[in-house]
Amino acid sequence: MDTTTHPGPASAWRAYLTEARFESLRLWRTPAFSLPVLLFPAMFYVLFGVLLSRGSRDAATFLLATYGVFGVMGVALFGFGVVVAEDREQGLLTLKRAMPMPRGAYLFAKMAMAVLFAAIVSLLLMALAATLGGVALAPWQWLGLFSVNVAGVLPFAALGMWLGTHFSGAASVGVINMVYLPMALLSGLWMPLSMLPGIFTTLAPLWPAWHLSQLSLKLIGADAGMAPALHIAVLAAVTAAFFFLALRRLAR
Amino acid sequence: MKSPPAPLARLRGVHKRYGELPALAGIDLDVPAVGVLALLGPNGAGKSTAIALLLGLLAPDAGEVTLFRADPRRVATRQRIGVMLQQATLQATLKVRELIELARSYYPNPHPIEDCARIAGVADLMERRYGRLSGGQQRRVQFALAICGRPALLFLDEPTTGLDIDARRAIWAAIRAHVAGGGAVLLTTHYLEEAEALADRVAVLGAGRILAEGSVAQVCARIGQRRIRCTSAIAAERLATWPGVTAARRDGVRLELLTDATEVVLRRLLAEDPALCDLEVERAGLAEAFLQLTGSEPQPHHDLPEAA
Repeated sequence: MDTTTHPGPASAWRAYLTEARFESLRLWRTPAFSLPVLLFPAMFYVLFGVLLSRGSRDAATFLLATYGVFGVMGVALFGFGVVVAEDREQGLLTLKRAMPMPRGAYLFAKMAMAVLFAAIVSLLLMALAATLGGVALAPWQWLGLFSVNVAGVLPFAALGMWLGTHFSGAASVGVINMVYLPMALLSGLWMPLSMLPGIFTTLAPLWPAWHLSQLSLKLIGADAGMAPALHIAVLAAVTAAFFFLALRRLAR
Repeated sequence: MKSPPAPLARLRGVHKRYGELPALAGIDLDVPAVGVLALLGPNGAGKSTAIALLLGLLAPDAGEVTLFRADPRRVATRQRIGVMLQQATLQATLKVRELIELARSYYPNPHPIEDCARIAGVADLMERRYGRLSGGQQRRVQFALAICGRPALLFLDEPTTGLDIDARRAIWAAIRAHVAGGGAVLLTTHYLEEAEALADRVAVLGAGRILAEGSVAQVCARIGQRRIRCTSAIAAERLATWPGVTAARRDGVRLELLTDATEVVLRRLLAEDPALCDLEVERAGLAEAFLQLTGSEPQPHHDLPEAA
């Protein structure tokens, strides 16, 4: 009876890759998304890490690590949160579910887009740090920071996606900013927590961004001294929990 | 006479409710392997729910939903269909060519990209961004995505709502071309004129049930009404009170009335007005059938605004 071609691995991969390519292109062509997420971390870094730190190489190095985390959070939270909210609201997600898009291609495409943007943000910061900031690191440290940034997309993509399943496109921008900016401050991404009241340091382990920044800071010997495995475990749990919750809502 | 081919999609005893609200109260529906089936009904009749079930977007509470004798929730099953949903906005920043290329990547054996463009009439729009197209152009692009995978069955949900007459006719021509190539279509529409123009069969849905199903002529015949038109001086208000007359109105010198007792009413008309002329009698149309079956007015099909 059913003699039509079933999707071989080759055709499913074609869908995955095409979806990822056009998702990246789509956001690249949306300046309201691509300019802030790509340029804000670099601008803040130049301002606070280079100009206002008056040539302190330690400050420039510390802030390279934390602004990298800040940049990646923005890419993942907005790229997943706002876009998922809009796709849902505009019926695009329903259409894709009705069309024979392979399961998982939507998530894969968004993830590929976020990894690409995170890599650009990270490389941009590193270029500024190495030139204007006078930051000197061993090759394994540069590579380590880059890897933490790219992998750091995961927990915030999950969190963003979960937020995107709850709010409209317009509302999600505000909601995500209310998560993004306070968490960045409370996790010590803009300035070291030691410059803030002690309560901030006590609460810091509650925020996923703090755990990610600890992995980056460990690479430059400026972390709080906890085991990396602990941070990785927390981030993995956050990723799994929010992806689970988000996918359950989307499947309804 | 050989038996018709098996239906491509079917609902069997399907129930679906949203909380306390029943959307479908046990319906059976077959989508034939060729031609256009139009699913009609007032808002809230259950059309969208029936479509969502057939597309695997929802699961039924009870009953059976099959697409090509398989579960519509499987991707491989849906690779044999094409979909155009009314409430879907495509990616505004992608070009038409890119949107078609993306949709083609979902199918094992799609049409070449230029063929998709030609069938849907978007060849001159390929390098334009979707967000910058007019409403009619956007619908044609959505149609191109729907047919790109050589679907055996096309789901078209209100494909021409909000379009002007030229844009509507362009979509109709594309639908007819798909059917001429051996494809089947499940169409939902507010415009009975559209169903009359395109459909081989219609199913009328009301309050979660199938109220009538068959060819357009069969559904119209089911209600047994005739439309009588003539030039006469008899007052429409008085005519409306005659036994057997269900509605009467005047349009200039022309009188138009609906009746389920044609012969009786005709004899009386001719007897009361010897000057009566230009007499026409015809079977009542889908609009009257729809009204009688569902108890609600179909959407008016004139003065359509062009979608922004």
